[in-house]
Amino acid sequence: MSKTLIIAEHNGSQLNASTAKSMTCAAQIGHDVDLVVFADQPDAIAAEAAGLAGVSRVFTVTTSDNQCFLAAALAPMIVSLAADYSHVLAPSTTFGKDLLPRVAALLGVAQISDIMAVKGPHEFERPIYAGNAIVTVSVPADSKVVGTVRTASFAAAAGGGSAAVEAASPAGEAPSHTRYVGLAGSASERPDLQSAPKVVSGGRALASEENFEIIYKLADTLGAGVGASRAAVDAGYVPNDMQVGQTGKIIAPDLYVAIGISGAIQHLTGIKDAGTIVAINKDAEAPIFEVADIGLVGDLFNIVPELTEKLG
Amino acid sequence: MKILVGLKRVIDYNVRVQVKPDGSGVVTDGVKMSINPFDEIALEEALRIKEAGHAEEVIVASIGPSAAQQQLRTGLAMGADRAVLVVADEEVQPLTAARVFHKLAEKEGPGLVILGKQAIDDDSSQTGQMVAALWDRPQATFASKLELNGQTATVTREVDAGLETIEVDLPAVVTTDLRLNEPRFVKLPDIMKAKKKPLDEMPLADLGVESGNFISTSAYAPPAQRQRGVMVEDVDGLLTALKEKGLI
Ligand SMILES: Cc1cc2nc3c(=O)[nH]c(=O)nc-3n(C[C@H](O)[C@H](O)[C@H](O)COP(=O)(O)OP(=O)(O)OC[C@H]3O[C@@H](n4cnc5c(N)ncnc54)[C@H](O)[C@@H]3O)c2cc1C
Ligand SMILES: Nc1ncnc2c1ncn2[C@@H]1O[C@H](COP(=O)(O)O)[C@@H](O)[C@H]1O
Repeated sequence: MSKTLIIAEHNGSQLNASTAKSMTCAAQIGHDVDLVVFADQPDAIAAEAAGLAGVSRVFTVTTSDNQCFLAAALAPMIVSLAADYSHVLAPSTTFGKDLLPRVAALLGVAQISDIMAVKGPHEFERPIYAGNAIVTVSVPADSKVVGTVRTASFAAAAGGGSAAVEAASPAGEAPSHTRYVGLAGSASERPDLQSAPKVVSGGRALASEENFEIIYKLADTLGAGVGASRAAVDAGYVPNDMQVGQTGKIIAPDLYVAIGISGAIQHLTGIKDAGTIVAINKDAEAPIFEVADIGLVGDLFNIVPELTEKLG
Repeated sequence: MKILVGLKRVIDYNVRVQVKPDGSGVVTDGVKMSINPFDEIALEEALRIKEAGHAEEVIVASIGPSAAQQQLRTGLAMGADRAVLVVADEEVQPLTAARVFHKLAEKEGPGLVILGKQAIDDDSSQTGQMVAALWDRPQATFASKLELNGQTATVTREVDAGLETIEVDLPAVVTTDLRLNEPRFVKLPDIMKAKKKPLDEMPLADLGVESGNFISTSAYAPPAQRQRGVMVEDVDGLLTALKEKGLI
């Protein structure tokens, strides 16, 4: 029964990149890997999932009324599917973080959050204290492993797979006590922050929503996704889904450009795995320069437009 | 309606936490301890609900060492009505904490249990969801807005794709995100008044909950450090450096 089940994440029509990253973690655990797609219309998503290298089978479970986004609706079904698995994984995104502890508690087992390395089938590394310490943790060998995968720590699994797709209807009734109302997204045309190879982020220094325009212009010139510090989100310059850090998104782009961001520990937690960090800040003592690969001291309102123009 | 709020005692968020040289844990001696920031937000929300006339009593609870009395006293000074300290000298993992909150929820019968979305020490982000599962009630995690309408609540949740709205029947478990509110400051007279408010202590063993501490930790290590890189003089210098790395 040493087998891994991954709960696929999607937006209702497309597979989320976090699923392919979870697949890489599962492959390192070493057992056969099945995937389950819960969706109101699962077929196209399942077809995408079946193409991930290393997946044995993809199960589709058809839900209604967007219950596929509600932990309370999915958890009982995952519990009944889990009977055949030693490992149950989901990405450590807001979807997986909301869902998997509910599953673990119903199974009466602990959850390992934010798996960043696999040391054995029951032994993993994970960050604590905003990434200031890395712990090696294990659960008993006879216990089911329920874990969320820190997506910034794993590359996406390759394509080219051709797993079998099967419809399933696991037992477990969705409760009526929780109802999905809707999602207000920022529906941006820009590359997705969590998977973009390049990301440009702005901080409190931008001082207004209008000024943030220079960040978008630079990002568009680079073909980059756009992020922000908590201070910029709290001040209302940008929506919450752009926050990078301990309590926002943990990302690992090849290039990260931090503009007018001081480099608080909670922000740095979100970018530790970036390839190259560039910092632009008028304060030469800002902590961001301690981790930046390339630093430039100066006023962002002069530097950013000049940079955009010279790149364009 | 009663509201039950979790207050975890954690190392203050301003402290740069360090791993002990022998890898046996993190340095805690002489380090400032505080209420987990998300739990202050949880308490603030509960107090606002009470002040708006939708709740009669706010109970704060902590599971941890006797010293967590300090954090509970601060919670009472902020305005909570009474406190419960479940004394545990060893580490309390999320499943154990969830079983305790479930027990307290059954005993107190709250309409809302409000916890933080994560404790900034273990960064687990599990307890609220686990309480909801054990209690067989709705969960509304990562809340940035909470509206009560009689027997239901409408909750806006901060999710990766934006802001999601769900509706839940009460009783329910809510976990707080940073933008739910800004917690009030404690005033000196309130600290004096708080001393008279009830704070019940009970050993974890007396609650009769099964331990959920299944995770064992074999090593603590500092994270890989990034090296300080080069400083460039101007935009042209930056462009040259980026070209050298093949990034543009
Ligand atoms: C529990 C908790 C969780 C948190 N989670 C997160 C998180 O997930 N993500 C996050 O980002 N933060 C998080 N924070 C907040 C974090 O501690 C910092 O407050 C925040 O990151 C600061 O944002 P900032 O760098 O934009 O602002 P500031 O710290 O105010 O820095 C602004 C910077 O801009 C520079 N500057 C100003 N004007 C200019 C100019 N004209 N040109 C160039 N530079 C200029 C300044 O020198 C300064 O360094 C969290 C905090 C707590 C307590
Ligand atoms: N020992 C504890 N005492 C009080 N509250 C706790 C405890 N453990 C967890 N919690 C609550 O659960 C939330 C999430 O914790 P965690 O699942 O550990 O990230 C915290 O923000 C607290 O509200």
